[in-house]
Amino acid sequence: MTSRREFLAGSAALAASGLFAAVPGARAADPIKFGSILDMSGIFDAYGKPMDMAMRLAIDEINAAGGLLDRPVEVTAYDTQSDMALYTQFGQQLARRDKVDVVHGGILSASREAIRQTLRKSEVLYFYNVLYEGGVCDRNLFVTGVTPAQQVEIVVPAAIKKWGPKIYILAADYNYGQITARWMQKYAAEAGGEVVRTDFFPLDVADFGSTIAKIQSAAPDIVVSALVGGAHLSFYRQWAAAGMKPKIPMASTTLGVGNEHKVLTAEEGDGILVAYNYSPEIASPANERFLKGWTDKYGDTSLIHEIAVSNYQGVHVWAEGVRKAGTLDRDAVIAALTQGLSIDGPGGMVAIDPKTHHAVLDVHLMEFAGQKLKVLESFAQRQPVDTQGVCDLVANPDDNTQYEIKI
Amino acid sequence: MDLATVLIVEIFYSIAVLVVISAGLAVVFGMMRVINLAHGEFMMAGGYATIVAVNAGINIYVAMLIVAPLVVGLIGLVVERLVIRHLYGRLVDTMLASWGLSLVMIGLATMIFGNTTTGISPPIAGFAIGGYQVNGYNFFIIVVAALLLVAMYALLAGTRAGLVARGTMQRADMAAALGYSPDRVYMVTFFCGSALSGLAGGLLAPLVGLVPTTGGTYIAKAFITVISGGASIIVGLLSSATLFGLVSQLFTFAASPVVGEVALLVAAVVLLRLLPQGITGRFFRGRL
Amino acid sequence: MSGRPDIGATLAVLVVFTLLALVAPAVLETYTLTILLIYGLLAMSLGLVWGFGGILCFGQAAFYGLGAYSYAIAAINLGESTLPFVLGIVVPFLFAGVLGAMMFYGRLSDVYLGVITLVVTLIFFKFMNSTAGPEYAIGQARLGGFNGIPGYQTLNVPGDPDAYIFGDDFYYLVVAIVLVVYALLRWLLASPFGRVAVAIRENEARVELMGYDARLRKTALFAVGGAVAGLAGTLFANWAEIVTPGLFSLGQSAEIIIWCIVGGLGTLVGPFVGAMLLGYLKFALGQQALIDNTLVLGLVLVLSVLLLPRGVVPTLGQWAGLARRRRPRRAPRRRLRPARGGADG
Repeated sequence: MTSRREFLAGSAALAASGLFAAVPGARAADPIKFGSILDMSGIFDAYGKPMDMAMRLAIDEINAAGGLLDRPVEVTAYDTQSDMALYTQFGQQLARRDKVDVVHGGILSASREAIRQTLRKSEVLYFYNVLYEGGVCDRNLFVTGVTPAQQVEIVVPAAIKKWGPKIYILAADYNYGQITARWMQKYAAEAGGEVVRTDFFPLDVADFGSTIAKIQSAAPDIVVSALVGGAHLSFYRQWAAAGMKPKIPMASTTLGVGNEHKVLTAEEGDGILVAYNYSPEIASPANERFLKGWTDKYGDTSLIHEIAVSNYQGVHVWAEGVRKAGTLDRDAVIAALTQGLSIDGPGGMVAIDPKTHHAVLDVHLMEFAGQKLKVLESFAQRQPVDTQGVCDLVANPDDNTQYEIKI
Repeated sequence: MDLATVLIVEIFYSIAVLVVISAGLAVVFGMMRVINLAHGEFMMAGGYATIVAVNAGINIYVAMLIVAPLVVGLIGLVVERLVIRHLYGRLVDTMLASWGLSLVMIGLATMIFGNTTTGISPPIAGFAIGGYQVNGYNFFIIVVAALLLVAMYALLAGTRAGLVARGTMQRADMAAALGYSPDRVYMVTFFCGSALSGLAGGLLAPLVGLVPTTGGTYIAKAFITVISGGASIIVGLLSSATLFGLVSQLFTFAASPVVGEVALLVAAVVLLRLLPQGITGRFFRGRL
Repeated sequence: MSGRPDIGATLAVLVVFTLLALVAPAVLETYTLTILLIYGLLAMSLGLVWGFGGILCFGQAAFYGLGAYSYAIAAINLGESTLPFVLGIVVPFLFAGVLGAMMFYGRLSDVYLGVITLVVTLIFFKFMNSTAGPEYAIGQARLGGFNGIPGYQTLNVPGDPDAYIFGDDFYYLVVAIVLVVYALLRWLLASPFGRVAVAIRENEARVELMGYDARLRKTALFAVGGAVAGLAGTLFANWAEIVTPGLFSLGQSAEIIIWCIVGGLGTLVGPFVGAMLLGYLKFALGQQALIDNTLVLGLVLVLSVLLLPRGVVPTLGQWAGLARRRRPRRAPRRRLRPARGGADG
């Protein structure tokens, strides 16, 4: 008869062996902490919500493929409610309390600047996955959105070639608009064009009657716009309502980023020339995979826009970096990311330029057609030439500046 | 010469827009001494009502001129019964409560419609003045604004309902003694004011990209226009809208829209410093 | 709780606050506590002007933003934080003084006061938003437009630009500043000046008949409120390390007013508590995605106006029987009458 003591000892051994077996397993499953910080409510949520959805889709894909380094990835997401003070708050929280391994997020340039230094000081790798004005030079930061030069070098010469040399520029009155307008002037001059006038508009201006009259008295061949946001959308509507659309054609570096082509009617939008990294109409296996994944997870694909795809690609670029590095150590991941790594994203191949930590991307020239973005021509692997002009992290790894790019 | 004509049209249009966006606030403030800071959100609701109605296949004019005012009028009625009613005579409290209400409405609209910009196209084509194309819809707004002022005057000065309303606003106790329930009058007036806000939202819907926070663009301007106008509802509204419309358009045209907006604001500060009771506190006294 | 000297109560508040401030880091991170205290300070500035002076300022955010921008601009140009810190208080103080003088000597009242302060805030907001171009610079500091000004020198030990005060040290500094400001404001309110200011709130005509210059006193009180708001802005600039035109926004002004309403007017502690509670609520809401946050804030405001017209702190005080000592005070002046006598339309 087995004594009670023997039985107890036996079961203790069993339990112990179970425990020992479980411990390495638990350690392997200890999740990687992924921080996300986006405006999911308030005035910028039209940008932030799809970005959040895209990020979660990418994380799901990574986890479905077995996670990273055999560990699942766990998301810690904060909604900054379109309030800049909350970026500082949540940025600190991610770095100090949640101790995440990477942070993806920020939409406006101000929001990026609100968290960039905190993340740099606490040595948390930071990805900013948004189309922006360019010029930030920081070893801790990777940017996977397009910069003005990448778009403008394609869209402005194409417009001049198509319609003629006289250009009237309309731009939103903040850094992005100001800098983009300067690139427009530069590339227009190089393509033999002439800028007749440049007007800047604060983001809340919604009445463009006088402006439309002014444009007519200047009689340009093309109107090029870098207008931003809901109020500025009125311009396109008032422009069409004044019957100007058939008279003066238009190109833009911003229209369509927030899916404006679906808001404007076909009559208001058709024929407007733009250049972006992504259109749902791109025919590539990677894009089909992405669209299918989105449909399976969320159903409706109509929310997808340029910067949601940038965010999706950014997450995958980071994941690829971690895989290559084989560790979460920040410096090892940075090294892996800057040594010729690339992914095949929905918008085409995405690589990282080691000098600037900005993305080298495919840019597609597109036209609004029937509330869709019809791809006219694709330009492979455009360098972030604007930021390259001021930033060299290979030579100065300690640089930590947002340069105002002089043209 | 053509340019001058276009500029004049733009100035009239700008005045008309100020009249339209301020009318609802003017009625509620001028008649009831209630400052409705949710006015902008009432307009936003009118805009969404119009767009939803148009997308459902209703004629755009019916949507703008009937559906939007009706829907927003009803929203106003609910708000009056639930909130504002308890706060009559407490000017600051009504301001704060309606401010809270505006936040609630923004939140609701965001949950229902999302923050994606929506809109519809203007129903009137543009046409040419000399070498210039002008937005045809601008003329429609100018006409509606003029009709609106006339209708308001006729209603207030020419009908018994208007008389009762004015009487109640001046001496609620006397009106009550004569057998009119002030409570009822306030309710109806608030309904009318809200309906006017809804009308403004509907009229502007084809011109702007609508988002739940659109109201914020208008509330400050409407507020300033109404307060600067002073005590008389119609004359005050018209005079301050004319002044500010003129100032902001001239500066916009000469310089840029920012300068135009800042010029409007500076004009308001100077005006209120010189005429602390608003324009009609000094001129046109005693008019309606 | 009124303008009367009440040294015992003031000391009690100071002691309780100090104890709480020392215990709090065990519960919440110091960076969260710091910003909550800054919000509290900001709310206190409006609590002073509105609750004690009866001046409803829709533009307290203007002074807050002005303080933050003054600090940031001066810090970029000087590279040392001591003088910028002083400027962050003095500039809004002077601006509020000038604006107040213009309004009070112009005998503007109530609604018109609200409009002017609102408009001034809007002008700042619009102006700062349109300064993205390189032509807008003060010294070496670009104003930056919509994106604001990042990357300035943050607070350092006076005279030693490399000895930064940040993290926990900054928190304790803010705690100390809040204590000092509270004590100073209580002293101010207990002084003859403060008592006349409160009397003006109650009945301006009577005070003037007694020979006091109400305009001067209101202007001075308004300027002090501006200085405290500016101080809060300066501290914010050091906490956030970036200043943006959002500081001047209507939303920011609205928030300050909501804090005061919820916390309770006619006290200094009320707005302070209201700001900390609602500030924390905002952070908590940012970690969930179920309900729209704007909706919640709006409901809080509507319900508190309807159900707690005197605010949380005075209501609690009443329940605790503290108000029994004296005859029930008049509810703080939220029932401002319309400026105009009878309707003449």
